[in-house]
Amino acid sequence: MDTFFQQVINGLSLGAIYALIALGYTMVYGVLRLINFAHGDVYMLGAFAGYYLANALNLDAHPSVLYAIGVTIGSMAICAVIGILIERLAYRPVRHHSRLTSLITAIGVSLLLEYGGQVVFGATPRFFPQMIRSETYSIGDVQITNQSLLIIVMSVVVMFALQFIVHRTRIGKAMRATSYNLSVAKLMGINTDFVIAFTFALGSALAAAGGVLVALAIPRIDPLMGLMTGLKAFVAAVLGGIGNIPGAMLGGFLIGLMETALSATAYSTYRDAVAFAVLILILLVRPAGILGTSVTEKV
Amino acid sequence: MSSGEAPLLLDVRKVDKQFGGLAAVKDLSLQVPHGALFGLIGPNGAGKTTVFNLLTGVYRPTDGEIHFDGRRVDGRRPYDIATLGMTRTFQNIRLFPDMTVLENVMTARHLRSRQWLADAIIGTPRHAREERATRARARELLGIFGLDALRDEVATNLPYGSQRRLEIARALATEPKLLLLDEPAAGMNPQESLALMDLIRWIRTEFAMTILLVEHNMKVVMGICERIQVIDHGETIAVGAPAEIQRHPAVIEAYLGGS
Amino acid sequence: MGPLRKVVALVGTIAILAALNHVFESGLGDFQINPYYARIINLIGINITLAVSLNLINGLAGQFSIGHAGFMAVGGYTATFVTVYYGAAIAGLVGGTLNGGPGTFVVMAVSLSAGALAAALAGLLVGVPSLRLKGDYLAIVTLGFGEIIRVIILNIPAVGGATGFTDALPITTFFWIFGVAIATIAIVRNIARSTFGRALSAIRGDEIAAEAMGVRTTRYKVMAFVVSSALAGVAGGLSGQLFANPLNPQNLNFVKSIEIVVMIVLGGIGSITGAVVGAATLTVLPEALRGFDQQFPGLRMVLYALLLILFMIFRPQGLFGRRELGWTWLRLPGRTKIPVALSDSADARQHTGRRPTDRRSTLGGSDTDE
Repeated sequence: MDTFFQQVINGLSLGAIYALIALGYTMVYGVLRLINFAHGDVYMLGAFAGYYLANALNLDAHPSVLYAIGVTIGSMAICAVIGILIERLAYRPVRHHSRLTSLITAIGVSLLLEYGGQVVFGATPRFFPQMIRSETYSIGDVQITNQSLLIIVMSVVVMFALQFIVHRTRIGKAMRATSYNLSVAKLMGINTDFVIAFTFALGSALAAAGGVLVALAIPRIDPLMGLMTGLKAFVAAVLGGIGNIPGAMLGGFLIGLMETALSATAYSTYRDAVAFAVLILILLVRPAGILGTSVTEKV
Repeated sequence: MSSGEAPLLLDVRKVDKQFGGLAAVKDLSLQVPHGALFGLIGPNGAGKTTVFNLLTGVYRPTDGEIHFDGRRVDGRRPYDIATLGMTRTFQNIRLFPDMTVLENVMTARHLRSRQWLADAIIGTPRHAREERATRARARELLGIFGLDALRDEVATNLPYGSQRRLEIARALATEPKLLLLDEPAAGMNPQESLALMDLIRWIRTEFAMTILLVEHNMKVVMGICERIQVIDHGETIAVGAPAEIQRHPAVIEAYLGGS
Repeated sequence: MGPLRKVVALVGTIAILAALNHVFESGLGDFQINPYYARIINLIGINITLAVSLNLINGLAGQFSIGHAGFMAVGGYTATFVTVYYGAAIAGLVGGTLNGGPGTFVVMAVSLSAGALAAALAGLLVGVPSLRLKGDYLAIVTLGFGEIIRVIILNIPAVGGATGFTDALPITTFFWIFGVAIATIAIVRNIARSTFGRALSAIRGDEIAAEAMGVRTTRYKVMAFVVSSALAGVAGGLSGQLFANPLNPQNLNFVKSIEIVVMIVLGGIGSITGAVVGAATLTVLPEALRGFDQQFPGLRMVLYALLLILFMIFRPQGLFGRRELGWTWLRLPGRTKIPVALSDSADARQHTGRRPTDRRSTLGGSDTDE
């Protein structure tokens, strides 16, 4: 029974990462109907930004919670800017082209970040400094590290914060309006360009936070780390209901739990396929996702 | 008309359609006999296009039955219903955008042509024969509608009125028994509307066609329809000959607004 | 084209291919083709088959699939498996060996047929559930299937697992590669000009209208998908049995699928000529930049990605749009040429309109009804 709870904890920690990234996917898709393939790579950039910042502050030698927070925020800020730049330079010019074109552009940006990352950072993995002293807490035989706990707590906090922003603030209202109908939102006087930029910034910041938090738990970072994780996070977003914020959270945790469960069995080599199998099933059985709602077209 | 045919070509029995909590169509019945020129009218948002969508299989009724040519068709896919002989045009013209005028009509011949994919891939004589027949029939139809000269134009480049006529030609290419026209006179000036009225009457005679028409243009409706059904808020409020409908109090109220 | 002309064309093509094949493999007098260039030419041929077959489903039918590498894998592994484990027996049946000659020819034919069949089956299994979806969702699902296929293959020791199918026998020749490429072009062209091609174009242009005109949309999408997958499978069989080019699951992932997509996008989605040009260009380009790559390692792929983005921004219809370069003698008499139309015109409708099965919720989580 304890192993079960241990696996649950592990699954939730993994799932929380997917959740954080999935939130960004879901927001951008909700507002722009665009699958931002590059989102997973922003997560990677967040980890690297954190890496350079942490090294600059020499945190390996002097772990400090305060500086760790600073590094996280710094990384989030950097990636927010990167997200805005990507939107402005690559996605906005193709916004009025076909969805296929936007999708391919997103793939192009993703490849650019990955290969560019390999050129700039080198393909060999780096090791993220220990920003805070690692501690493990135990309840019975179940163990959880402070990093895992932090990840889980952070993701839940972030989800509530996002819900608040989207449903209780003016900018959130603007985001929702834009997601319903961009042209009408524009006619209503909403600065849709700003709203979209804001959405990207927010999503990218979250991905960056995810990157830093993950690097705390699993210190090995490399330019391709965003590829698989990003895809799985996207699956999580779809599972929960794309465009739905609590859904992204739910989806993330579910995927994390499923993957962890599979790793414990004899079929662990099929681990990577789990997310995709789930995706296919969901899209066939309930395309709107668990918490999503379907909209029928007017013919 | 042979005695073996069902008396009604189209028999809609108490059909409901709900979208979530909204009832778009309520307890609607509609009877169209063979060879009729039948009009379906109502104020904006009355549910007329929803009725068309229900008839052609785009939507599935939440309740009720639809019988076409003696067969039950509610819940069937649009392509099945088209094969059974019911075709339509669309309120917002839906021509195939990347294809020429001729190709648009040739595509509609698809369900009346006999080919296997293997024929196409290898290029058998049967394939060539079918292609020639399809092209000939399509050009014939285009000729009737005066569009043959434009056959190699991209369909969406045509002027609006021609596009509407093309859509009708395309629908006729499927050799329907019942033709559903969704606001064919929309956006037409009085002259064009008159020409359209002639065209519709002519199609009915020439092709022995039954026609069900949704239309806002009262001149057209009153001018050509033999029988009219009025709906409002998804429910039938009157059925009858044009003269009756024009005097019907419920109809007048629905259009001009009541208390 | 009358039947006599067709037979002449067929025989002529085979003769020319056989002659070129001889030059390729054995040289002509003192002339020997440089093995490096030979390899590139062979890769171009394989990529042509991949690109043109993908164009059938992405370009003509307008269904965006990014799992093509998965079908290449299924077909390739099946074909190679047949050769490796049954090749000698099959060659023996016709009194030949696996060292060339009629025995090997028969083995190759059987091997590729097996690959095509397996890939077609995979295409059916993937297509039937997936092609009910539209746009982005279809893309992601096909990507997912591609990855699942890859993971499954990774776990089969009999075909080499993670190290790749190195037991493969190098029986692929220029003749087979370009024979298949030409056949693929012919098949896709014939489909495009037939009633099926029109049906697929109609589905691409306006699926609702197509259905209303009696086109069995799901069935045709699946048929196109199956044909496309089968051809990809043959390409896989050719690729895996090319000298020093074993199949490896790590190389048959979604990056490979995307490379094929890029070929047709750059060439122009919907144009067979474009697919051919795209395939050739994107096979040659990385090689041509190899020197550059040695100077600035990794920059080549960065440029590749940039190229893709810039094309999408400035010329989304690719080089040829939907246009073809036609040779007059290959045209049916009286055949009309499809005018240049940006693929955007059909897709623009997708952007503004919503489709019946387009399920997504808006950010606020509630849905509105119209």
